[in-house]
This record gives sequence, structure tokens and C-alpha cells, in this order.
Amino acid sequence: MEQTWKQAKAAFAAIAVPPIAWLVLFFLVPMGVIWAYSFGENTGPITIDFTGTFANYARAVEPLYLQIFLKSLIVAGITTVLCLIIGFPVALAIAFASPRAKAWLLLLIMLPFWTNLLIRTFALIAVLREQGYVNFALEWLWNNASGFMTLIGLQPLGEYEPLTLLYNNTAVIIGLVYVHLPFMVLPLYSALDRMDRSLMEASLDLGAGHLRTILLVVVPLAAPGIASGILITFIPALGAYLTPDLLGGTDSQMIANVIERQFKRANDWPFGAALSFLLMYLTFIAIAAQAFIQRKSERRG
Amino acid sequence: MAKGRYLRGASRRSILQQFGAAAVGISFAGGLSACGGGGGGGNTVNFYNWDTYIGPTTLDDFREATGTTVNMSLFATNDELFARLRAGNPGFDVIVPSNEFVTRMSQAQLIQELDHAQIPNMSNLLPEFQDAAFDPGRRYSMPYTWLVLGIGYRKSAMPAGFVPNSWRYLFDSPQFTQRIALLSESADLIRLCAKYQGISLNNIPDANLTSIEQMLIRQKPHIKAFHEDDGQDLLASGEIDIVLEYNGDMAQLMSAEGGEDFDFVVPTEGTLINSDCLCIPIGAPNAAGAHAFINYLLDAEAGQKITEEIQYPTPNAAVAAGMGAAYQGNPVIFPPADVMARSEYGAFEGDERSRLYEEIFTRISAA
Repeated sequence: MEQTWKQAKAAFAAIAVPPIAWLVLFFLVPMGVIWAYSFGENTGPITIDFTGTFANYARAVEPLYLQIFLKSLIVAGITTVLCLIIGFPVALAIAFASPRAKAWLLLLIMLPFWTNLLIRTFALIAVLREQGYVNFALEWLWNNASGFMTLIGLQPLGEYEPLTLLYNNTAVIIGLVYVHLPFMVLPLYSALDRMDRSLMEASLDLGAGHLRTILLVVVPLAAPGIASGILITFIPALGAYLTPDLLGGTDSQMIANVIERQFKRANDWPFGAALSFLLMYLTFIAIAAQAFIQRKSERRG
Repeated sequence: MAKGRYLRGASRRSILQQFGAAAVGISFAGGLSACGGGGGGGNTVNFYNWDTYIGPTTLDDFREATGTTVNMSLFATNDELFARLRAGNPGFDVIVPSNEFVTRMSQAQLIQELDHAQIPNMSNLLPEFQDAAFDPGRRYSMPYTWLVLGIGYRKSAMPAGFVPNSWRYLFDSPQFTQRIALLSESADLIRLCAKYQGISLNNIPDANLTSIEQMLIRQKPHIKAFHEDDGQDLLASGEIDIVLEYNGDMAQLMSAEGGEDFDFVVPTEGTLINSDCLCIPIGAPNAAGAHAFINYLLDAEAGQKITEEIQYPTPNAAVAAGMGAAYQGNPVIFPPADVMARSEYGAFEGDERSRLYEEIFTRISAA
């Protein structure tokens, strides 16, 4: 027999109070403080007056910062699209693997989380830099090709010029895709795994090809999973600061880098808080959009 | 090989910086609980220092000499130190801010006045370090080291016999296009550009700030990266050939294996001098122990062990006297006198100024 929480109020309260207290104490209260800072004014090196001013927000929507917001949105958007394109086939493959292989594949997806993000980013530097493993491998191929050309009587290829893979926007996107791919694969996998397989069989039996089945049957059925995958990838990618800091070049700054510098170097917490909350408002909009898509697809299903 | 090499060049401001305050907070929580268990903090000093910035046996020697245990935790930037103390001292007894931050923290009433009677080793300091413009009368700070910014470079990537002895090669020239990395500290960068323009790095006029911004935006396509004070690692890994770095970091790289291809020069226009100082924050649990520890760090023998390890210039006459010629005559550690004569300390010019510099840097990065 199914019970609702109303039938066991005491037990429900005992379970619910600790997490709610935790949420209020360590999330809502600090957030509230930062939110209050965003309406404050610096009156000294370490003093902030809560004057209710909108000056910080006015500064935060100046073209300079809007342009950086826009750039961050574009970078996070490209990252999310790439994660979706790469992650969807991976999730599909895992969902259709044998139960034994499935466990191993999921473990492989989660393995990177056991290593600190910083360590993973430094590892990526060791792979991508001019004296890194990608360039070592390419150099080896180049030299062999060159030797082969000499062998068949052609001009050798000349000196290998290492590719510049680091310190540009491409490196930032590679780094962000690498870091966020598991966030995309896991919700996609859980949506695809729950899907009713007989619908796909019906589609194939009724004459649709594999591609058509995926596009017209699988993708719509997995829409809520895709939406949460996009959200859970896009939001952290939008707020990324370590990756652009370490892998980016001179024009790779994202909004989180600017926010970090407000809290540290510029010692301007009210302005940093205003920028953070603008980012937060964008996040809320994204979550609302996701909820909307979910509701729409539930209504249809 | 590649990875080991990348991580080897230990820096005052190292990889730790990226871990941020969280990692430091964890290490310090251990220190504090040890302090609480030690009984009122009477025999413990909590020391908040830069990474690779102490002698290998200094803390043990101090405990043997005085019975006081030192818990050292590490910070990576002055901004991190300031951000951590501005909300209230979490229990530190001795901190090591740089000159500008000594002024800023004394203005913000985050550090307390020192009792010179408890620091007799102050007499070991070179006369020019007995007083300081950023801390008149040394009321709040004792100098620990000093350091300069300059140009680190790969000798084999330069034309024969060429020494990049001008800021031009970093700020205003396509000669080393895409082989340049600059420090991502807005104030340092703008001040050195002012030096290049031939004006003082303090009180830079607005007109010069505009032209500096334009110059750096013009130079940006030639710059590969703004580094987080890991420029010596970028140099070692072959990513770049010429970099804005601190002399001590370059001295460490040059004394390491494979370091003979690197050199360091302070441009003839002069540079920015920094001095890291020992201070006692307000609310230090063990101010007497902090004074004793500061006094110990200024001791001739203890100071010599530190200097031998960290390879930074010392403001301590007694320490310098005991160091060998390899240190004394090292042009990387001690730039030529005429260049030093054209160099200046950066003064703390107020928070508005730091914010202005930061916004200029944001504009340059966004351009």
C-alpha cells in the first residue's frame, strides 16, 4: 500500500530537517549575503555599506562586461553542442551494451571524477603542448613519412614544425568538452536506458532505417534526458574559470575569470557579487527553459 | 620526462595557487586544531607563508631553540592572503605580505604594530631596509626578502649575442611574436609599461594609462599567454622563449638541471621592486611567539639557511656577509647597480586604483 508523507509526519520531519537546515545554513544564507553585497558600496579596504544601490549592476551591464558574458555563452554553447554530439552515440552504445560491459563502460565514464580537475587540466597541458604527446606522435609519423618519401626517391618533408595546440580558444573548448563530457553522457544514458525498446523495434519493423529511427523515435523519447544533459553541461561550462585560465590564450577570458579577479585582485566584492548574480539569473532562465521542455514532453507522452 | 619537468620549477607562487583557498583552508584547519590542543597557543606559532619560501630545517631548528612549534600553511598570492584575512584573522600569528600589501593591510587595520624591543635582530638588516617608504619607521613589518621583475629568456632562441635588455621586446615589438608570455597581474603589467615609457611607475597619469592600454592591445596578437606566475614552467616546456618573471623563480630554474640555456635580465629602463615582509595580523593568538619567530628569521645563521634554499636577495646584512661568492656575485639575484637605481617600489595607491588597473586589464583581454 502506498503511503504519503502526511501519514508519517514525524518520520518525514526527522529525515527532512537536517538537509533543509544544511541547505539554509550553508547555501541560502551565504548566497543571501553575496546577494546583499551586490547592492552594496565599498567604503574602505574591508568595509562594505549596504546602500541598496544599483550601481554595481549598472556597471555589470556595460558593453565591456556584456561582451564577456556573450563570449562565455558562446564558448559554453559550443562546448555543450560538442558534448551532445560526442556524448549521444557514447550513451547509446552504453545503453545497448551487455550488462557486464555496461558496468565497465559506466565505470570508465566516472573514472575521471576520481582525479582533481586541476590535475586533469595539467595532464591535458602535458598532452597538448608543443613538447607534448600529440606533437610527439605527429612528429614520429612525420619523420617516418619523410623517410618513406626519401626511400621512394622523392624530396623529404623537411623539419617537423610542432602544432600550437595550447593557449587559444580551441584549447579552452577542448578542455571544457573533456571535463564536461561525463555530465552529458550520464543523463543521456539514464534516459536511453529506460526507453521502451519495443518502440524502436516497431519503427524498424515498419520500415524506418536506423538513422530515421534514432532521429524520429529515440531522440524525441530521450528529450528530457537531452535537456537535463544540456543544462548540467552548460551551467558549469558557463562558470568555468580554471580551464580558460590554464589553457586559454590572451583573449580567452570568461566571465568567471573576471568575477574571480573582482574578489581577489580588484578587492571589489560588491561588483563581483553583481556579476555573479547576473550569471545566476542566466542560470535560472536556463533551468526554467529546461523545466518547460520537460513539462511539454511529459504532457505529450 | 615531460610532466616531471613541467612541475619541477618550484615557485614562490606555485601550482598551489590554482588549488585556491580551499586546499589551504584544509591544511590550516589541522594547524589550528593542533594549536587548540597545545594549550592556549602559548607554545605554537601559526605561520602563513609563500610556497618554497623557507629553509629546509628552519622550523625544526626554531622548535629546538625555543620549544615553540611552528605550523606553516601556504598562500599563493597577496590577494588570497588579503581575502582570507579581511573577514577576520582565522588564527595566524605571522604572515608574509609584499610591500604594497603591508600598506594596504595596515590601512585596513589587519596587521598590528611590532614591538621592536622584542626583535633585536632588526639591527642585522642593511641600513636601507631599516626604514621603508611603504611602512615608515618599520612600524608594521620586517623585511624578509626583496625581488624584482625582469625578462627570462631562452638563450638558444635569441640571435647570436643578443640580450633582450628592454621592455620593448615584451610590450612593443613583434620580434618574438607568439613566443611571449606576460604575468597576468594587472598592476605589475601596467607599471612596467610605464617604466618602458620612461615615467615613474607610481602616480601614472591618465594619458599614459590610455597609451599603455593601446600599446598592450596592439601587442596582444604577439603574446601567447598571460601566465599565473608559472612563466618559468612555460619557458622550460618550450612553449615560449621570453617571459616576464621574478628573478628568484628564474634563478631556481637556472640552477636546476638543463637550466644553462636560460638567462634573466632586468631591462635597462628599470623595473618594479617588491619586498616580502614579516607581519603580525591583528588578533594573533600568540603575539609574543610571533615576535620571537620573526626575530629568529632575521638571525644571521637561520637567515643564511633560508637564503641558501630559496635563492632570493636578502635584505639582511649579517646573512649576506655569510653567503658565498656564487650568491653574492649572481647577476640574476642581484641586478646591476645602475639598473637598480632606475627601479622603484610600487606604492599602494588605494583600492580605486587597483580597480582601475583591473578594468584596464579586463579591457585588454576582451579586446
